[in-house]
Amino acid sequence: MEGTAVLGRLTWRVAEIADVRTETPTVKTLVLDVGGWPGHRAGQHVDVRLTAEDGYQAERSYSIASASDGSVVELTVELVEDGEVSPYLTEVAGRGDQMEIRGPVGGYFVWDPRVGGPVLLVGGGSGIVPLMAMLRQRAAAGDDVPARLLYSARAWDDVIYREELEAMRGGGLDVAYTLTRSQPDGWTGYSRRVDAELLRKVAQPDVARAFVCGPTPFVEAVASALVSLGHDPGRIRTERFGPTGG
Amino acid sequence: MPPIVSRGFRGRRDDSPPDRVPPGQYLTRDFPVLSAGPTPHTPLAQWDFAIVGEVDGTHRWTWDELQALPRESFTVDIHCVTKWSKLDTVWEGVSVDTLLEGVDTSAEYATAFSDGGYTTNVPLEDLTGGKAWVVYGYDGEPLDPEHGGPARLLVPHLYFWKSAKWVRGLRLMETDEPGFWEQNGYHIYGDPWKEQRYWGD
Amino acid sequence: MEALTLDGNAVAGLLLEVFGTEMTTAHGVCAGCGASDQLGAVRVYRAAGYVLRCPHCEAVLAKLVTDGERAWLDLRGLRSLQLGD
Repeated sequence: MEGTAVLGRLTWRVAEIADVRTETPTVKTLVLDVGGWPGHRAGQHVDVRLTAEDGYQAERSYSIASASDGSVVELTVELVEDGEVSPYLTEVAGRGDQMEIRGPVGGYFVWDPRVGGPVLLVGGGSGIVPLMAMLRQRAAAGDDVPARLLYSARAWDDVIYREELEAMRGGGLDVAYTLTRSQPDGWTGYSRRVDAELLRKVAQPDVARAFVCGPTPFVEAVASALVSLGHDPGRIRTERFGPTGG
Repeated sequence: MPPIVSRGFRGRRDDSPPDRVPPGQYLTRDFPVLSAGPTPHTPLAQWDFAIVGEVDGTHRWTWDELQALPRESFTVDIHCVTKWSKLDTVWEGVSVDTLLEGVDTSAEYATAFSDGGYTTNVPLEDLTGGKAWVVYGYDGEPLDPEHGGPARLLVPHLYFWKSAKWVRGLRLMETDEPGFWEQNGYHIYGDPWKEQRYWGD
Repeated sequence: MEALTLDGNAVAGLLLEVFGTEMTTAHGVCAGCGASDQLGAVRVYRAAGYVLRCPHCEAVLAKLVTDGERAWLDLRGLRSLQLGD
């Protein structure tokens, strides 16, 4: 009797690029149309699979950037130098191109409105992406649960979703940036790495949930700092992106 | 349904000369770091390499003793089961033949064991006859901890999971005991030229 | 500190395929130290296959290998796995 393939039959869907938006010089958002998309929760991600003509395949995970909206799935991709997949997605792929996606996955790192507030969101670099999905979901739902975002980026030009974040302030949402490599003239925001000192100033006492996302070293430093400040480890949710994406 | 092709996607690959690159493999210019666990950091003063199991007597070398053994510098191709191959990698270390000199055994198999608990099994005849080394230098430098330093096993004619990082010894055995990955889907032997990646291949 | 490590989120898609349901919210008990965590919080290492390790004691919780059609799981490092709340 022939063997049966268990994996791969039911879970991959075809996604077609409907639009591409430039977020920063190295970051693009792909607006995908995914037939049969079941909807997703903010914070979830997808696995993307690319197949070359000779059959070579590469897979990467990307956080969904958009709030759930029919068959639309937005992925924000940062170009990683010498990467394998991100150069394709940010420099080659365009409208009409297709890829396969698996998901949505990730029930651990999701915004659950039932948890209440206040909520702390700490993102490093492209770690902002799933946090942005959460804030977009919150806005779409007209939710006013108190939330605070601390976003660490190298410089002002590297801040993804800049205008949208500025427009979102208020209605219970605070946004703070720390620009660690260079700051624009007249900058009055933070410029230190996200450490216990900075979190002591920014993190709300008694958060209901803290979401931390970004490169692995960033996530580990922030999560331990939060614990050292007395935050309940059980309320901290982390998503590590590894050394870089690719 | 065949997978959807993404127009224009090539991936980061070099052209693969078929006589050098086994089936299903792709050439890489970098040296991917793959690990089953955190990097161990055994101080050299506490490090040793031992040949144990189906042997008489003690066969153990401290770091200094290993360094004093005849060393070889050599160039080989390596092939990882995750599909990358790297050609002309340059290593420095001690041949397993040297380590087995004077070791009496009826064993036909060996299990390499490492700091951190990793194991992998190899037939003894695949570790001898100039086919395997305990290496401590890569590309003219001391072997990086993330690549298995201070020393790793190197068995280039088999898939690279057999080249155990952070190796601390060989247990000589009369039976072929599946190691860390061989117990869970990976091929017991692992010949890249026969594409022996998984059970049943 | 290991820049190479990921967490359970990194194998969420693969676990979804294997178990047919979301697994990062499943609670696993470490057979080594008894600590309980959701799989989303465990350390994940990428080697020939995936290794899930306890974030408290670093013991191997599970190994996961796939060839795209078959999957092999070693769950011996999990004393138990709770799916659902």
